[in-house]
Amino acid sequence: MNWINSVVRPKIRGLLQKRDVPENLWIKCPETGQMVFHKDVEANQFVIPGSDYHMRMSAQLRLASFFDEGKFEKLDHVEVPLDPLKFRDERRYTDRLKDAKTKTSLDDAVIAGVGSLEGQDVIAAVQDFGFMGGSLGMAAGEMIIASMLEAVKRETPYILFAASGGARMQEGMFSLMQMPRTTVAVQRLREAKLPYMVVLTHPTTGGVTASYAMLGDVHLAEPGALICFAGPRVIEQTIREKLPDGFQRAEYLMEHGMVDAVVHRHQLRETLSRLSSLFMERRELKRRVQVRKTPQKKLPEQPVAAKMKVVTDNPAPSEEEKKSGDTGEKPVNPTTIPLEKAAAE
Amino acid sequence: MTRTYLDFEKPIAELESKIEDLKSLGDGESSVSIEDEVKQLELKAKSALEQIYSGLSPWQKTQVARHPERPHCKDYIDALIEDFVPLAGDRYYSEDRAIMGGVGRFRGRSVVVIGNEKGDDTESRLDRNFGMARPEGYRKAVRLMKMADKFGMPVITLVDTAGAYPGIGAEERGQAEAIARSIDCCLEVSVPLVSVVIGEGGSGGAVAIATANRVLMLEHSIYTVASPEAAASILWRDSSRAQDAATNMKITAQDLFQFGIIDVIVTEPLGGAHRDKSAIMQIMGNMVERALREFDGLPGEDIKQARHEKFLEIGRSL
Repeated sequence: MNWINSVVRPKIRGLLQKRDVPENLWIKCPETGQMVFHKDVEANQFVIPGSDYHMRMSAQLRLASFFDEGKFEKLDHVEVPLDPLKFRDERRYTDRLKDAKTKTSLDDAVIAGVGSLEGQDVIAAVQDFGFMGGSLGMAAGEMIIASMLEAVKRETPYILFAASGGARMQEGMFSLMQMPRTTVAVQRLREAKLPYMVVLTHPTTGGVTASYAMLGDVHLAEPGALICFAGPRVIEQTIREKLPDGFQRAEYLMEHGMVDAVVHRHQLRETLSRLSSLFMERRELKRRVQVRKTPQKKLPEQPVAAKMKVVTDNPAPSEEEKKSGDTGEKPVNPTTIPLEKAAAE
Repeated sequence: MTRTYLDFEKPIAELESKIEDLKSLGDGESSVSIEDEVKQLELKAKSALEQIYSGLSPWQKTQVARHPERPHCKDYIDALIEDFVPLAGDRYYSEDRAIMGGVGRFRGRSVVVIGNEKGDDTESRLDRNFGMARPEGYRKAVRLMKMADKFGMPVITLVDTAGAYPGIGAEERGQAEAIARSIDCCLEVSVPLVSVVIGEGGSGGAVAIATANRVLMLEHSIYTVASPEAAASILWRDSSRAQDAATNMKITAQDLFQFGIIDVIVTEPLGGAHRDKSAIMQIMGNMVERALREFDGLPGEDIKQARHEKFLEIGRSL
């Protein structure tokens, strides 16, 4: 590159970037061809009013629309070695990365946040398809791992919004290694008995589907999402046949037993919140039993509390009551069980 | 049997055919001069072989890894596993002939063996679906690994596949889930798991059974995130640029050893595993035995934890 490129290019890029007005104020529904005003789509969580077509959503907006009042604490990006292969195809991988970063204002394809979902603490991670096709490289893998381990540390449910074109070719085998690596983190969640819920969004393919995205306790999918291992193009090339309509779509996967439910984007929060509170109820009960040991500590107000009123509203048991062990429904004196052990039961 | 020569082996092919000619000439009367000539040529052929094989490019290695005469999973099982009992089926849907599996005895220990088998003639290749497994294959692998765990038997996996099969039926029955569960199972068992990439380690279909305590690679085998053809069609939208993909993606045993992605390079006999099958069986057997020995006497939980740590470490200290 000569000097003129390094001077002129960033300027051009800057000019292009300033246009934060959407290029096209009108969006054409890919399904019906209907023209919709951009603002209307945005206000509708990027679901096209009328046709209910679910458009892709940026990771940032996804997290904001997922957590209560759009508030969440973003987990720090994990630094990884950049471009270990010194890869270039038509362009250098480092240049592609730079472009993706400017385009999305993200560090890589995965971001994660801690926040509350209808009052419950949860961690959610999102893959942004806009960042090099949501491809799974070292940075994305580390973020998945870090956020899962954070959920283990905080004892919260973990929710993943998957979207990916698959492995990041430019990182070669380091990309493939993210499949076992993220699976290790999934096992940590499992050992900690924390719920892991996956929302498969359009499209989720390749190595992502073939590892952590298919290992959830619950698999939800957005309507019409393409979910597969091998993409339709690859299969068509192999078998030289046209594929049937609806093949590898969310509804098809549900029919074939790979997805628990196809859930409209507007219902996702409610569904995930309900699942979380159901899965966490027993753990929550045990935690409350623990907290009773230190009654001066006030419990945060949570919706599940309503169901557990009997427990929380009871006055702290006297020492004798504790010793006789008849305070809870369990024969073992709950106050003597360390938290980890109680949780592992 | 006539040998299949790869395009870059032309000089060797010429020398070896000359040697053959001379030998058949000398068959009638044993002439000293012909014998000398043969010896000379043999030396020349050997040094040509040495020279070519010491500097193979990634694409040439890809060709060697796919060489039709290269020993396959079945050959290794025949040579190294005694009392082998093949076991079939995933118990849910069907048997998948692309993945062989069974129990047997390897150098005195009872083990479970799982491996991709490509087949070695048209009929067996079709029967084995060219080594490309469907979900049933991975579900069978999971069944066998769980069985190994139950009986405390180490698991040896032999990897040789271009990848998992991309077909309608495979997708319908959950190819992705089957691979994910297989990786998950590899990480879950408390017995030592040793994998050897004997030819092609292609993508998710390979890592599904290669998430092991020790990953060995034959000197001229390859291990890829996507086969060079598939990678080329993704990167350049042109599968004929496979050669470029192979070169850029660092797929050789030597590169991957440098990166800490594999643990051991198994040296092949001069001119590749297919030139001396009995030698490679011996060498590979020794290396697998050595890898298994490392875990002798270790508690199962430690073996499993070590596997987790090993994978988490990959890429962290480059």
